[in-house]
Amino acid sequence: MAMIKVSDLTLGYENRAIITNLSFSVEEGDYLCIVGENGSGKSTLMKTLLGLQKPMSGSIVFGDGLQKNEIGYLPQQTVVQRDFPASVQEIVQSGCQARCGWRPFYNKEEKRLAEQNMERMGIKEYARRCYRELSGGQQQRVLLARALCATRKILLLDEPVAGLDPRVTAEMYELIHGLNQEGITIIMISHDITAAVCYATHVLHIGKRTFFGAKEDYQNSDFGKLFQMQEDGESHV
Amino acid sequence: MFDTLIHYLEYPFVRYALIVGVLIALCSSLLGVMLVLKRFSFIGDGLSHVAFGAMAIAAVLNFTDQMLIVMPITVVSAVLLLRTGQNAKIKGDAAIAMISVGALAFGYLMMNIFSTSSNLSGDVCSTLFGSTSMLTLTLRDVIVCAVISVLVVAVFLLCYNKIFAVTFDEGFASAVGTKVKRYNLLLAVIIAVVIVMAMKLVGSLMISALVIFPAISSMRIFKSFRSVTIFSVVLSVVCAVAGMLISILASTPVGSTIVAVNVAAFFLCWGVGLAVRR
Repeated sequence: MAMIKVSDLTLGYENRAIITNLSFSVEEGDYLCIVGENGSGKSTLMKTLLGLQKPMSGSIVFGDGLQKNEIGYLPQQTVVQRDFPASVQEIVQSGCQARCGWRPFYNKEEKRLAEQNMERMGIKEYARRCYRELSGGQQQRVLLARALCATRKILLLDEPVAGLDPRVTAEMYELIHGLNQEGITIIMISHDITAAVCYATHVLHIGKRTFFGAKEDYQNSDFGKLFQMQEDGESHV
Repeated sequence: MFDTLIHYLEYPFVRYALIVGVLIALCSSLLGVMLVLKRFSFIGDGLSHVAFGAMAIAAVLNFTDQMLIVMPITVVSAVLLLRTGQNAKIKGDAAIAMISVGALAFGYLMMNIFSTSSNLSGDVCSTLFGSTSMLTLTLRDVIVCAVISVLVVAVFLLCYNKIFAVTFDEGFASAVGTKVKRYNLLLAVIIAVVIVMAMKLVGSLMISALVIFPAISSMRIFKSFRSVTIFSVVLSVVCAVAGMLISILASTPVGSTIVAVNVAAFFLCWGVGLAVRR
């Protein structure tokens, strides 16, 4: 059974549909890249997968024993976070909030988990540093470590490289690729189609036309070629 | 000077005022950090004006215990305001401004039309600036205030980690299954209760100062959420005590003196923050 199975999903705001009759599935260990133009509903789709928003119709079914609160999520940064006084440790630990339930404080095991994930992301030395003083790439690592505290199975990443310079972007992709190799399923929204497709196993293209399938099929389809060419053209201008 | 102080402290109403002042400073600064970070700095202002309007209604209706009317109205407004913050046709700041100005005008209008008091402007002034009610506290007021403060602190401590998570990133928190709406509701209720309590101390115009200043000052110096929260509570209590003592000795109005001390503390913290960073 698929880890996530989406069937006939229609999404939108206030009776205006953005995405209609979308179907796809994600298997354990997949690396799915969601691409599409601005305003095509990529973020809306992700919010719906996370249960933050109700679909207008259709269904999302979790399989393989995946619980709704076992999804790690890397949202786009908000304005509030930019000048938020919080240490790296505090933020990473907050990834354990779902494990607590009604228990008000984090226990030893959760603190250790936070520590392990900081080490995994190479930010352990910053544990006591203030989040707002870190560079963009370091901040993304912090949020990734937090997401890893919430899950062992699947990560949903919303534009993880937005605003990062090329070198840090490449590092970020390597990091995510590494997590995928460790067996974590990845669903990522990206603008940067050429780089994203390089690591993905599957592509979901939404917009005026929809494509879902393996990366190779996407690259060979006329539709995918066209889109990639456009992207290349834009990035060369 | 010291003798005058001792002399004043012999009066129970002065002691009551000090106790209540410390408790209110503690509670308001505890919530302040979160409100400032959530961009709700002005909610104190808005809600206190609502409470002012409610108080006018209570006065006109000749209620003996005004709290019975003021508290529910303020709590309902707080819930509505924090809710509009999320999915709003009218955005957060505009909603707060509308409710606050509307309630203030309505309250003053009610008082003007129906009031039987001979000293109307005096009444209004003391509700807005909290001039004298601080010194008319009864033992019962003190006990009520103490009970509410203990509840506020207990709830804050028990929900500390969740409050942090929800303030830092609402999207992530609800994605991993934290009941964000429930915590926002809880916070709205607590804020309303604290503000109604704090009106007695500084009056409805200056409550925002008690909420905002300690948090902002603390953020100049400290860098983790926990240290910012702890220091803003300490600073707020120190400023409140200092302000009250100064107002006793120099016979200045209590509310504005406390706010003035807070302003001074802010500039001090700003300086320290700059010096530390260098």
